[in-house]
Amino acid sequence: MNRINKKLQENKKLLSIYFTAGYPDINDTVSIIQDLEKNGVDMIEIGLPFSDPLADGPTIQDSSTQALKNGMTTELLFNQLKDIRKSVSIPLIIMGYFNPMFQYGVEAFCKKCQELGIDGLIIPDLPVDVYHNEYQAIFEKYGLINVFLITPQTSDERIRYIDSISNGFIYMVSSASTTGAQSGFGEEQTAYFERIAKMNLKNPQIIGFGISNNETFTQATQYAKGAIIGSAFVKHVTNKGVKNIDDFVNNMLS
Amino acid sequence: MNYNVNKKGYYGEFGGAFIPEMLYPNVEELRQNYLKVMAEPEFKKEFDQLLKDYVGRPSPLYFAKRLSEKYNTKIYLKREDLNHTGAHKINNTIGQILMAQRLGKTRIIAETGAGQHGVATATVCALMGLECIVYMGEIDIARQAPNVARMKMLGATVVPALSGSRTLKDATNEAIRDWINNPVNTHYIIGSAIGPHPYPDMVTRFQSVISEEIKWQLKEQTGKENPDYVVACIGGGSNAAGTYYHYLHEPDVGIIAVEAAGLGIDSGESAATSVLGKEGIIHGCKTLLMQTPDGQITEPYSISAGLDYPGVGPMHAHLAKTGRAEFISITDSDAMDAGLELSKLEGIIPAIETSHALAIFKHKTFKPNDVVVMSLSGRGDKDLENYIDYFKI
Repeated sequence: MNRINKKLQENKKLLSIYFTAGYPDINDTVSIIQDLEKNGVDMIEIGLPFSDPLADGPTIQDSSTQALKNGMTTELLFNQLKDIRKSVSIPLIIMGYFNPMFQYGVEAFCKKCQELGIDGLIIPDLPVDVYHNEYQAIFEKYGLINVFLITPQTSDERIRYIDSISNGFIYMVSSASTTGAQSGFGEEQTAYFERIAKMNLKNPQIIGFGISNNETFTQATQYAKGAIIGSAFVKHVTNKGVKNIDDFVNNMLS
Repeated sequence: MNYNVNKKGYYGEFGGAFIPEMLYPNVEELRQNYLKVMAEPEFKKEFDQLLKDYVGRPSPLYFAKRLSEKYNTKIYLKREDLNHTGAHKINNTIGQILMAQRLGKTRIIAETGAGQHGVATATVCALMGLECIVYMGEIDIARQAPNVARMKMLGATVVPALSGSRTLKDATNEAIRDWINNPVNTHYIIGSAIGPHPYPDMVTRFQSVISEEIKWQLKEQTGKENPDYVVACIGGGSNAAGTYYHYLHEPDVGIIAVEAAGLGIDSGESAATSVLGKEGIIHGCKTLLMQTPDGQITEPYSISAGLDYPGVGPMHAHLAKTGRAEFISITDSDAMDAGLELSKLEGIIPAIETSHALAIFKHKTFKPNDVVVMSLSGRGDKDLENYIDYFKI
């Protein structure tokens, strides 16, 4: 069984953390992953940086720009991850935009992910129908879970369609926004969380965008299986460096 | 061979809608409605009326006698430079503002490089009394101060794009982010024949008035609807798309697309996407784009701010791939010389974008009886500083 599916069966709320590979330093990738696991994070999204990350806000864009300046490439990330499964056992997901994967070759990319022990992919600009028609067979061949996003504007009909194509979890974008744009959840969001919770989807949901502290994490996980933190963590390593990851995770889970 | 968009939004293998789920409802709403709205008699009437009374269409088709004599062929210039706001851009913004109104949108966003599309968008927003936000790279804002001032006079808010390379592609990213953050009340007026389906097709249809007019104007002047060649410069490709549209399926009409070679194709400072680009995904569509082997989008260069886009519209990628269009790339210096030449021979100062198209006569020989129709996409007022610096006038 895929590590993501196994993790989703655990009887707890999941904390998933995103970071940009190659940031702040080109060689931080492995140690960040190890530290996150050591401090109790349940799942990690490794951001493959892209020059034009249009679903992301300034925090993740700036970290991506810096990571690329530092010399991060697809090939280098794969090299950095070559022994990752010797030290890390939680699910690992690569999150990135479609063009770098497309240039690497989608099948070659998926094959490499399987070899390294990557469990899934999140590709915000690969639409569900294109995935379904052109790439699903390849992803499945290499045992990869592709995670799709839904937003408060996604119709019920489309959510059902996305649910039917998904086989891991659904990434619930908390509000109509790019990453890092929100602080705190209002009535509109909780109404949306409740609406989705009541749909009884076959895939569990994990909420992302706008989770930045213990309060928002707790709020989100009242309605969903877990929550994803991205910009807040990237800000943390920007301000505090990579030595204080335990502080960040402890605050989140306290 | 079909050169129009298919039902799924593709031109051959190019096009599609590679958008984050956050944009799906907006783009889907547009996709479901754009053809229906454009076919409404009321819409057509209002669009045609505004093009006539406000934009000043039809734009003249002018036989350039002295230029023709010099290059020993028959050159007709389609005078988009005489449109209100000085370029072809307004054909599309008029169409899209009417579309936005039909869809009940109250807030308009746009990206702009040199500022021409920004000005054309700010203009139609003033005309309709709609809020207008234009994203423009911080570097372009500094380079194009007069157009920034124009947009402000027209009531638009100009927001600097501070991310990435702080030019057109980053302004486009910022506009897309704005749309993600404002999914309900906002319409995004894309200025070129790029973006997710249905944008390339919608923009092409609004610009197709150019070739629609060429057909009857040429017939009036020469007795024939079809020229031997239609020529246009290409950045994203909206004036080119409009110039070619009604000739795409006329095999006796040659199509020539002129790209910016910058300092030269192999100089590392170029915007010749058809030569330097590879298939990939940019701003929501699959097309040819300039990128690193790793799939990072690179920053193009051209002296013309309207041609330094790292991609090209998916229709044009298809025209390049199938060989339907001949792509020629022109350097900064050849373009500048051609701009000066047209000024002296015909009394028309062209935009530097257009100067690229004009420069092909030095590189390609036409027969004396060939009829060559070229889109004179914009006027040179906005480029005076550049011309002054370059020629030390």
